[in-house]
Amino acid sequence: MKITRGEVENVARLARLALADEELDRLTGEMDAILGYVEQLNELDTDDIIPMAHAVPLENAFRADEVRPSLGTDKALTNAPDPDDGCFGVPKVIE
Amino acid sequence: MQLTDLTIHEMQQRMADGSLTSVELTEAFLQRIKDTDERLNAFITVCDEEALEAARQADAQRAASNVQPLTGIPVALKDIFITEGLRTTCASKILGDYCPPYDGTAVRKLKEQGAVIVGKLNMDEFAMGSSNENSGYGPVRNPWNLDCVPGGSSGGSAVAVAARQAVATLGTDTGGSIRMPASHCGVVGLKPSYGRVSRYGVIAYASSLDQVGPMTRDVRDCAIMLGAVAGYDPADSTSVDMPVPDYLENLEQGVAGKKIGLPKEYFIDGLDAEVKQAIDAAVETYRKLGAEIVEVSLPHTKYAVACYYVVATAEASSNLARYDGVRFGQRVDEGNGLIDMYMQTRSQGFGDEVKRRIMLGTYALSSGYYDAYYLKAQKVRSLIRQDFLDAFEQVDCILTPVAPTAAFKLGEKMADPLTMYLSDIFTISTNLAGICGLSLPCGRTEQGLPIGVQLLGKPFGEAELLQTAYAYEQATDWHTQGPEL
Repeated sequence: MKITRGEVENVARLARLALADEELDRLTGEMDAILGYVEQLNELDTDDIIPMAHAVPLENAFRADEVRPSLGTDKALTNAPDPDDGCFGVPKVIE
Repeated sequence: MQLTDLTIHEMQQRMADGSLTSVELTEAFLQRIKDTDERLNAFITVCDEEALEAARQADAQRAASNVQPLTGIPVALKDIFITEGLRTTCASKILGDYCPPYDGTAVRKLKEQGAVIVGKLNMDEFAMGSSNENSGYGPVRNPWNLDCVPGGSSGGSAVAVAARQAVATLGTDTGGSIRMPASHCGVVGLKPSYGRVSRYGVIAYASSLDQVGPMTRDVRDCAIMLGAVAGYDPADSTSVDMPVPDYLENLEQGVAGKKIGLPKEYFIDGLDAEVKQAIDAAVETYRKLGAEIVEVSLPHTKYAVACYYVVATAEASSNLARYDGVRFGQRVDEGNGLIDMYMQTRSQGFGDEVKRRIMLGTYALSSGYYDAYYLKAQKVRSLIRQDFLDAFEQVDCILTPVAPTAAFKLGEKMADPLTMYLSDIFTISTNLAGICGLSLPCGRTEQGLPIGVQLLGKPFGEAELLQTAYAYEQATDWHTQGPEL
């Protein structure tokens, strides 16, 4: 086994997904099969290979620090599930 | 001939000589969508009124001699492109009726050049899928055989072009999502080199792999569409600041003396016999056109799918963290606090495949597994890119099948995610390497399903890639055939 049901439960918690028991069961099997397939990458010796994060080598992209028009509060809030006095309303975090 | 059978360049001619208006064209396409889309489900949103208004404006501009490359041309967009004031779903229930407050760069460019947007196209949810069955808005069907999938994830974009619902569409390609549906639906689909087209305003799946590209009925239209959207964009720091060539200028140059490589690793046991036959015939056509055919090797090909499903899912798990019910989209709040609100929102909003990929990616990035999975995959990615750079020292272009089989039946691969992932085996390396690739119709199976040939080019070698594709297209008539609907 590459991954146990307990690990899958933990990953779901990290990913902020509430999964039903049958979903956890199914995912444990599926993830185990996929991770088993991924295992073949270990056939390759990559000790001296430089990892590649991106297709195009990039340095930081800087721009001038200038004031420019932006979206604005009203427009930014048009899709908010709970707009509240110019802010995004969320459930209470601190009692 | 119907108006909806015209290509972009034919429409441009007719509108220029005054025998056709954009309103006439747009009405014809909107009618075609009404007549066919109940069966195909290619569109999530059709915008009749906005499209007709844009068409009227285009006709007025033309009357005032203000003509842009796409003035009055009816196009449609994969529903992954942010469109100001027009619902954008990414085929996910989690976005609800999200109505973006701005246009992405590719959309802005299309509008500036006069294009008429007729609607937003169905896709696999968040571009995750190879069959377009993972949509929150129902599966898309292949116009050549309604029991078959169109391929994914840009399935709606391919179907709309094949079924004459729009003359051209934009899709996105992260592991084959433009080329594979293009192949299954018998249209031209181009994945440009990474960095050629801005990703600003394109909903992110795997940011180091995602690229925007056109889907069209022929290569000339593909060149027109690429020219319209390509170029550096300060709003996307990963777009590359290189001049955009005129893709039409040397389109008809031909392939005499060009070297085309056949990678031996792509002609494997799992390749369907009819697909193999069609690809062999395409190779023969190129030989007759004067190209030199040589064998090349891309030795790390067999590791591409494994590498991709680590890199892409890792990036996806990070990108999709933003869907938390706070700023946009749906919120499910059962009154049990903030964390529970996140969890309920995400669990009810995402479909199964999206959850699966978020889970895989979260696992690959989690403490203790990062080196074994993500870092390892990044190193293998370097090896895969080097394979291509080495091959392009010997040849101008690489020719392969697009997919191991023609379109499969709906439901056929849904039970086993790994089998579904393996259908991307010939397209995935292109994205990992960041090179450009194009799918071109090259045949049909005995049952009448389209087959595509893939041409791969050097980074930023789109002009040469299009020339190579154009030469084949001129020698064959696959691109003139369409499905009966």
